Amino acid sequence: MPLIEVENVRKVYKMDGVEFEALRGVSFTVEKEEFVIIMGPSGSGKSTLMHILGALDVPTSGKYILNGKDITSMTKDELARVRNKNIGFIFQGFNLLPRMSALENVELPMLYAGLPAGERRAKARQALDLVGLLEWADHRPNQLSGGQQQRVAIARALVNDAPLLLADEPTGNLDSKTGVQVMETLKVLNENRGITIVLVTHDSGIARYGKRIVRVLDGMISSDTPEEQVTIR
Amino acid sequence: MISFTETCRVSFRAIVSNKMRSGLAMLGIVIGVGAVIAMLALGAGATVQIKSVMSSMGSNLLVIRPGTVTSGGIRIGAGSVPSLTLDDAKAIKAECPSVEEILAQFNGSAQIVYGNQNWSTQVAGVTVGVFVVNDWKLTSGRPFTDQDMRSATKVAILGSTVARELFGYSDPVGEIIRIKKIPFQVIGVLESKGESSWGRDQDDIVMVPVTTAQKRLFGMPRPNMVSSITVKVKSEDLMAVAQEEVTLLLRQRHKITSFQDDDFTVRNMAQAMEAAQQSTKVMSLLLGSIASVSLLVGGIGIMNVMLVSVTERTREIGIRMAVGATSKDIMLQFLVESGMLSMTGGFAGVLFGTILSRILSGAFEWQTVVLPGSIALAFGFSALVGIVFGLYPAYKASLLNPIEALRYE
Repeated sequence: MPLIEVENVRKVYKMDGVEFEALRGVSFTVEKEEFVIIMGPSGSGKSTLMHILGALDVPTSGKYILNGKDITSMTKDELARVRNKNIGFIFQGFNLLPRMSALENVELPMLYAGLPAGERRAKARQALDLVGLLEWADHRPNQLSGGQQQRVAIARALVNDAPLLLADEPTGNLDSKTGVQVMETLKVLNENRGITIVLVTHDSGIARYGKRIVRVLDGMISSDTPEEQVTIR
Repeated sequence: MISFTETCRVSFRAIVSNKMRSGLAMLGIVIGVGAVIAMLALGAGATVQIKSVMSSMGSNLLVIRPGTVTSGGIRIGAGSVPSLTLDDAKAIKAECPSVEEILAQFNGSAQIVYGNQNWSTQVAGVTVGVFVVNDWKLTSGRPFTDQDMRSATKVAILGSTVARELFGYSDPVGEIIRIKKIPFQVIGVLESKGESSWGRDQDDIVMVPVTTAQKRLFGMPRPNMVSSITVKVKSEDLMAVAQEEVTLLLRQRHKITSFQDDDFTVRNMAQAMEAAQQSTKVMSLLLGSIASVSLLVGGIGIMNVMLVSVTERTREIGIRMAVGATSKDIMLQFLVESGMLSMTGGFAGVLFGTILSRILSGAFEWQTVVLPGSIALAFGFSALVGIVFGLYPAYKASLLNPIEALRYE
């Protein structure tokens, strides 16, 4: 059973009475333990696709089955549950809560999962250890470097044992050296722990970490190539 | 599902992390609750004060005075016709079953002389019932007897002020004083009652038997007349019954036909007290409702702060939603936050109001009473204000779209 099944998904936005079709029938599947890179120029609809894959938004038509569950017509609160259990987000701007320590930021998804405090603490420390930031647990985001902040965000994405990790330009705010570190961390997670990763970027340098590249253009998938062909090009 | 205690912790941290803003938001509630409590304390204090004044006068008393009569179409004022007699008083006591005791009075003023000392004071001719009806007690000597009444003996009981002025600190009992140059034997001294509620010295008095006052001291326009009759009713429940009995009896005795008005007036102290209490109730209600307007304004202050807070924390809301917070979780977080603000403000307001009412009673010599009920009312109202005015900002926060909230700068 594939982790992600997207079937003829369309997304139409209405702005000032004018309809704009951001996605015009997108279909593809992602198997478990894949590392998929989604690429495309701005305005191609890759962000919209990302939001739908992340259960932050629902398609206008079509079907989206995540981890065996059809989430196409779920309510806002049902989607929140799905995100909490199945998806870990990594954003370009890190999106950590500024007034909380790294540990508390990592605890956040478990807070909404309703885990007791002791278990939250233990699992959060474990996740921070995994990204090599255990000794920074009590620091606030503004006391950490960009790379460290992004790794805290990765720990937060992992902590609820979500099968899918969605990364939106994770290296966009980092210099190339720390960007490589973050990508290496993601690669290790994918290879050693079998976490499925879908990563959106327009940086072709990043693309080589993926095992498969999906290109989006004008709201449609223009190409879907496995790793071997990527490296050849 | 996030537990309620965790929500409270999250909200508490948000409040603490912005102390200045939280403090200002609370200030409105503090002032509002404080004002409500102080105003209600003033009202309650006034009620207590009136009650104590009334009960010192005796709330189960009827006071009968000679009343208005119409003579040839002209109404003549109260007391202008000396219509009450000592026999009326005796009849009331004998014939009205709900009457416990009566006091008939015939008063005048006179100069009292002892040795080379003299003192002008009120001389009250009283019946033996004075000790029961007006609650007088003796510090020394004996009370009047029926024998004193029958034979109009020349005996007197002194109020403590008079005793002090004439005798200093020596015991006056057994001494002879002169009232209007007539020698009287002092048979007792009254226990001090202090000032009356309107500031008159109640101890500046000399009591003599009513018959003595009538026959030996003061001239009477009509034989056997008294200036007032005070009736002590057996219990407060019987006030209306007693009033009815007394009125009927006196109309009968004065041969008033059913077409004529009473030639006496009966004043019911319980009614007067009720009226006074009613007016203080209205007053405290008025003060309280004016003060609650400020509480309302405080609530609007909280709403303002919460709206700003929601806008400022749009991104935080987006992050929370992305990692799995439902709109209900977000709503509850902000609702708890405004509830905490207003309740903390309410608690501080209770303290502030209590101190304020202390200061008020100290500065203006008003009695204030902070009732537990008014504390509960003000506190409950402030919590309600926080929740009601927090509802809209919390609802607004819960409606946020996570995608847009995450993009918010």
